[in-house]
Amino acid sequence: MPNLKDLKNRIASVKSTRKITKAMQMVAAAKLRRAQDAAESSRPYTERFNAVMAGLAAGSAGSEAAPKLLSGTGSDQVQLLIVMTAERGLCGGFNGNIAKLAKAHAAKLLAEGKTVKVLTVGKKGRDAIKRDLGDHFVGHVDLSAVKRLGYADAQGIAKDVLARFDGEEFDVATIFFARFENVVTQHPTAQQIIPAKFETTEDAEATLYDYEPSEEEILADLLPRGVATAIFSALLENAASEQGARMSAMDNATRNAGEMIDKLTIQYNRSRQAVITNELIEIISGAEAL
Amino acid sequence: MANLQFDLVSPERRLAQVQATEVQIPGADGDMTAMADHAPTITTLRPGVLTVVHSGGSDAYVVSGGFAEITATGVSVLAEQALPQAEVTQDIYDQMVEDAKAAYGRAQETFKNEPGPVDDAAKLLSDMVAIGGHIGLTAKT
Repeated sequence: MPNLKDLKNRIASVKSTRKITKAMQMVAAAKLRRAQDAAESSRPYTERFNAVMAGLAAGSAGSEAAPKLLSGTGSDQVQLLIVMTAERGLCGGFNGNIAKLAKAHAAKLLAEGKTVKVLTVGKKGRDAIKRDLGDHFVGHVDLSAVKRLGYADAQGIAKDVLARFDGEEFDVATIFFARFENVVTQHPTAQQIIPAKFETTEDAEATLYDYEPSEEEILADLLPRGVATAIFSALLENAASEQGARMSAMDNATRNAGEMIDKLTIQYNRSRQAVITNELIEIISGAEAL
Repeated sequence: MANLQFDLVSPERRLAQVQATEVQIPGADGDMTAMADHAPTITTLRPGVLTVVHSGGSDAYVVSGGFAEITATGVSVLAEQALPQAEVTQDIYDQMVEDAKAAYGRAQETFKNEPGPVDDAAKLLSDMVAIGGHIGLTAKT
């Protein structure tokens, strides 16, 4: 049985841990609201953009002159995986789940004999997949200095990816991130961004548009922006998911710490009582012996 | 007069959502004004000033590119970067011109023998400088 002093120290240490996790939970809750607002205000843009792109893409799909970003390079041999995770840990299974999905995807592609290249965004995911896919790393984007995600950050990543595409470094690009559903649920998601895929809404009334300049030029202009838009919305979803995951992880930690404190306190009181009883027995038996 | 629904969104936020009577758009192939019952058109934007006229007066926004979708009943402008004209200070404008200059420099280096991208970047820069004239700021030379 641990002595009284040890128990006392232990309780004090768990108490301060609880204070920390509680504070982290509250910070995450505040950040979550901001991240959710950001994700929400980007939604109108993404939706309109995809609607227009879907129309344009449907029009030029299958034509010989379709840009490579839309039709692909005609091969899927070299695959680029863009794994987006957080810069910080202590957010439950968030980073692990994304890394797991990316690893499974990479293993499948490797088994098919494809070449896999990995671009990581966020330090934690990089650490998580380094052991399995370290040889496939081609680059890393560090966003740890970014306080507030802006479109410019997404554009930076997109520029890097597009430069690699133009340099014919890969044929297909897929991004991995966690889609935010609610505070307790985040879905790790894989989304192919090059060649671009758009959900074609057949039922929408097909308006015949005039295009200025030509349809091809607009498409060529918009496709690179589509990459940036997809990355931006993934980054925002990821940011919201990260805070949500951290909030629920820290909520659990706080609760566990509370339970532990209760248990330790009971143990502490019992052993204190045992010491007192012991001393009493000694005194009484000493008195009887006289 | 019939109204049309005007939306101005950038990736980061929705800037405006009003019932407008006319919208003046800096299209890539020239300025155009959209009013109700305009033929459905999709056009890319060049950097410029976008003006919305509505019952309460008119608003001007500085946009740096993107595209506009015009239908008979509404105009949606998806701008890469957009700011109400009043919020564009000399500092922000300098930064925008600076970016355009950098892009022009990069284009000159990367595409030495292809005039296309270099011309595009040059046009972007001159559009940026021209915005200054519209909003009363001057570009540093």
